This record gives sequence, structure tokens and C-alpha cells, in this order.
Amino acid sequence: MTAVRRYPVLAALFIGAVFMVLPFLIVAVNAVKSPAEYSANGPLSLPDGLYLDGLKDFWERVDFGQKLVNSVLISGAVAVGAVVLSVLNAYAIGIGRIKGRPWVLAFFVLANMLPQEALVYPVYYLSKEAGLYDTRLSVIIVFVVIQSAFGTYLLSSILGQFPREIIEAAQIDGANKWQVLWRIVVPVSRPTMGVLMVLFFIWTWNEFLLPLVMLISNDNQTVSVALGVLQGQRLMDATMTNAAALLGVLPAIVFFLVFQRTLTRGIAVGAVK
Amino acid sequence: MTVLAERSGGGRATGKSRTTRPPYRPRRNSYALFLLPGALAFLAVVVLPFLMNTGVSFTDWQGVGTPKWTGLDNYRRLLEDDAFWESFRHSLAMVVAMAVIPTAIGLVLAAALFDFVAKHFGAKTAAVLRACFYLPQVLPIAVAGIVWSWILAPENGSLNELLKAVGLGSLQQDWLGDPDIALYSVMGVMVWVQIGFPLVVFMSGLQRVDPQLYEAAELDGAGWWQRFWHVTLPQIRPEIYVVLLWCTIAALKVFGAVYVLTKGGPGGATNVPSYFSFQNFFEKTQVGYGSAVATVLTVIILALALVGLRLQTRAEDAEEGVAR
Repeated sequence: MTAVRRYPVLAALFIGAVFMVLPFLIVAVNAVKSPAEYSANGPLSLPDGLYLDGLKDFWERVDFGQKLVNSVLISGAVAVGAVVLSVLNAYAIGIGRIKGRPWVLAFFVLANMLPQEALVYPVYYLSKEAGLYDTRLSVIIVFVVIQSAFGTYLLSSILGQFPREIIEAAQIDGANKWQVLWRIVVPVSRPTMGVLMVLFFIWTWNEFLLPLVMLISNDNQTVSVALGVLQGQRLMDATMTNAAALLGVLPAIVFFLVFQRTLTRGIAVGAVK
Repeated sequence: MTVLAERSGGGRATGKSRTTRPPYRPRRNSYALFLLPGALAFLAVVVLPFLMNTGVSFTDWQGVGTPKWTGLDNYRRLLEDDAFWESFRHSLAMVVAMAVIPTAIGLVLAAALFDFVAKHFGAKTAAVLRACFYLPQVLPIAVAGIVWSWILAPENGSLNELLKAVGLGSLQQDWLGDPDIALYSVMGVMVWVQIGFPLVVFMSGLQRVDPQLYEAAELDGAGWWQRFWHVTLPQIRPEIYVVLLWCTIAALKVFGAVYVLTKGGPGGATNVPSYFSFQNFFEKTQVGYGSAVATVLTVIILALALVGLRLQTRAEDAEEGVAR
């Protein structure tokens, strides 16, 4: 292809990419404008200076620090818990080759695809009965289980190809099943477990329906739920909306930059495995 | 996906080991112990609630007191409920916006980045572009909703302001408030949200395509579009199946975006089954009816998943047959 034709294609791709990123830029630009400046110049002008009071007001009004703590706590606990549960399940399925293995795996695949709508009311009802309603623990328990469905079937297929000789050798040396799991299987599957942990963390961070139903008090809500509820109430003015959007976008961008490689690799592995 | 791949892969592995050395036989029962915590947890959090939901769908229940058995009444009511049918029509629109369009665009983009940008401008440029397209995928849907409902706002919204600035003021709309347009606006937002997923999967699929195929096609005088059609598409067909299946299921489950952008409005113009069941559960407290909606949605998704998995194994088997 000649150079003359090369650049228009590249330019078109860049315009597409800019369009994808543009909403983030517009939000960032408007979050640092004062309300007066916003109403005078509209959303498209560049800011005159840095006006951070809007962000600060919003932060204090919704106690955003607490929301961040809740999100980190819930997502972190789910990431660790769901990986542990996935490894245990996958050890029995992939290495132990328990009876009815294809059916057990099919169960996990279907559980992973189940819409949360079909679980949400009973989960809400049962957690009230159990005295766990409106606690972060309830959301952690539910998502540990839901996320581990995906982890189980991904890890099972990887452990299914685990070299038998290594396990046999360990068993001849007298290692029991726990030791094989802990000393051999876990260290070898560490890369996959890392990918799963990142995916679970971000997926849980972004979850909306179940946390929305389960976490009603301000002290327990996650970032997603708090922002979604605020937006749903239609009470925010333009400056507040932008502050909310920017504070919601920032953690996601941080995760993205930190975990980009793991994420894109993980998504691809998860989809194709 | 894995189940079936796993099943055939496991079969082959044992077949091979039988000829070379005695098969390895773990004592099965003791391994089942490791499945115990998972089994109990799934029983409590997935199986029991799912069965309860299905049971409640045959009752009249407000969420308190004893559910009253009404048999198939809720399902009969569904069939005659226009709001229910409308919500499923909107689901089809979501499938177009989240599965069909992103897959089509994702294919062209992936091929362009892989077979053009990476070759002529370096892998780094391709990676940066890919990152831009993928970025919306990591955003919580609630936040994406806030960003877009502000951009699409009728007064002072960025899109309307932009149209005015370039002299197309007559095209200004109440993007999310006009019942004739709202669904298309939501679809547009979902395309933006979704596009990164097919792109990333397809690009990683292309990594395993033998570069010689492209070189041979190029030597034979195939242009870019011919290479796209005759090399790229057939080579990543498995990825295309998987992406279409996953995205279709995600489209049927859409909730957060509708909740934040439109709350199903105006006048039900953007309502989808999951939001419709949510309304029945928590706003109208018609729990039995909401459960029936959720059950229908579940049946459709599981049926799709099973058909998808079937098709995929058949495709894999066919490929293996050819290879042998």
C-alpha cells in the first residue's frame, strides 16, 4: 500500500480512538470548572483555571472516602475469596477427575451465565432472614460464589492438562493431597490465579444490581451504587455530575493503567478457553 | 465452552496414556472433599435462590406473608402484557447494539490494527489504539451512565452544544427524553461500552494465525479486504462464535445502563426484561410476577448458552476431523 493511502486509514483509526476517549476528556475538563464558568461558557470551552471546590464539595457530601473504602474492601475480599474457592473446586475437577466431571463443569458454566435477576429477590429475602441484609459481608459472600463459577471452569481446564508425572512423583514421595495442592498446584497456577484476581476485583468493583439491592445505608454503599443512586435521583447539577463522573472514572483508569496487560490477556484467555 | 473442550481433550489424553503406560487413577472420592465448600456455597447462594425464584413465579406474593399458589397465572398474564413484550423487543435492540455491531466493528478494527497499523506503524501504535478502544470496558456501568446522560442532556449537554457549534443546531434532540429516540441513544452508548471486548479477543486470536498465510495471500495479490475476508475471518471463527454468544447474553442481562440512563423511560420506551423484573420486585412489590419475568429471561439465556456451546463443539469437532 502506498504511503499516500496509509495515513488516511491511520487518521480514521485515530479519530475513532479519540471519539472513544472524548467523553472522559469532556468530563475531566468540566469537573474543574466553577458553576459560574460552566453556565457562562457551556460544556465545550476549556477551563479558565483549576476549580477544585466542586470535587471537594462532592467528596464531602457523599462521603466518597467511605465509598472507596467499601469498594476496595468488598472487591478485594471477593477477589481473594473467589480465587481460593475456584482453586479448591478446580483441584477436585481438573486434578482429582471426580466422577461426573463434565456435568459438574457444565453446572459451573451455566451458573456463570445465570442472570442475577433470577437470584436477586431470594438473595435479598434470605439475607434479611439471616440478619445479613445491608452488610458488606452479604455482598462479599454472594460475589465470592458467583465469580468463582468463572474461575472454576477456567482453572479446571488448565489443571486438566497439568502433567500427571509431577503429581505422581510427589505422591510417591509421600505428599498428601493438601500438600500436592499447596506445594505444587498452587505455585504452578500462580499466573492464572493472578489474572483471575484482577478480573474478579474489577468485575466486583463494577457490579451494580446486587449491591444496589443489598446495600441501602450510606455507610455500606460502593462507589458504583452511590453514584448510580445519585444519578437516578436526578438531584445533581452539572458541576456535581461532573465531579461524580470524574471521581468514578479515576479509579477505573488507575486499574486500567496498572493492570492493562493482565486484563487484556485475561479477557482473551477467558473468552477462548 | 470449557466443559466441552475439556471433555474431548480429556478423552484424547487418556487414550494416549493407555498405549504408553498404565493410566493414572486418583482415588476419586477423597478429591470430592475439595469440592465440598464450593458445593455448599453454590447450593446456598445460587441453587436455593434460583429454585425459590422459580417457585415464587407460580405464586401471588408481595414479599411479606405467605405466597399464594396461583399456578400459571403469572405466565398467562405475561403473554398478554404489552410492557413485557416491549421489554423483550428492546432486548433484541440491545443484542444488535452489544453483540452484532460491536462484533462487526471489532472484526474490522482488529484486522486493521493487526494487519495494517502494527505492520506499517509498529506494534506500539496498535497497542495504544487498542487501549483507547478498550478503556470504556473497565468503567463501572453506573459511571458510564452518568457520563453519557450528562453528555446527552437536552440543555447544556455536550452533544447538543457541539451540534450547535458546528451549525447543525436543527439536529439537537432530547436524546434520552424523547420516546422515539431514547432507545437509539441507549444503543449508541452500549456500542461505545462494548466495542473493546470483541476487539481485544479478536486481536489475541489473530496472534496465533500463521503469518505465512498473510504473506502468501499478499504474494497472490490479495488486497486488504480480500485478506480480511479469506484469511482473517475463517482463522478466528472460534473467537467470533464465543464473542457473539457472550455479548448476546450480556445484552439480555443489561440492567445498570438502563437504570442510570433512563430508568426504562420515557414511558417504557427503553425498558428491558431485567429492569422490568426489578420494577416488579422492588417498586410494585409484585414479587411473583417479577419472578416470572426473571424465570423467562433465565430460560432464554440458558437455552442460548446450550445452543451456543453445542454449535461450538460441533465446529471444533469438524475442524479436528479436517486436521486428521
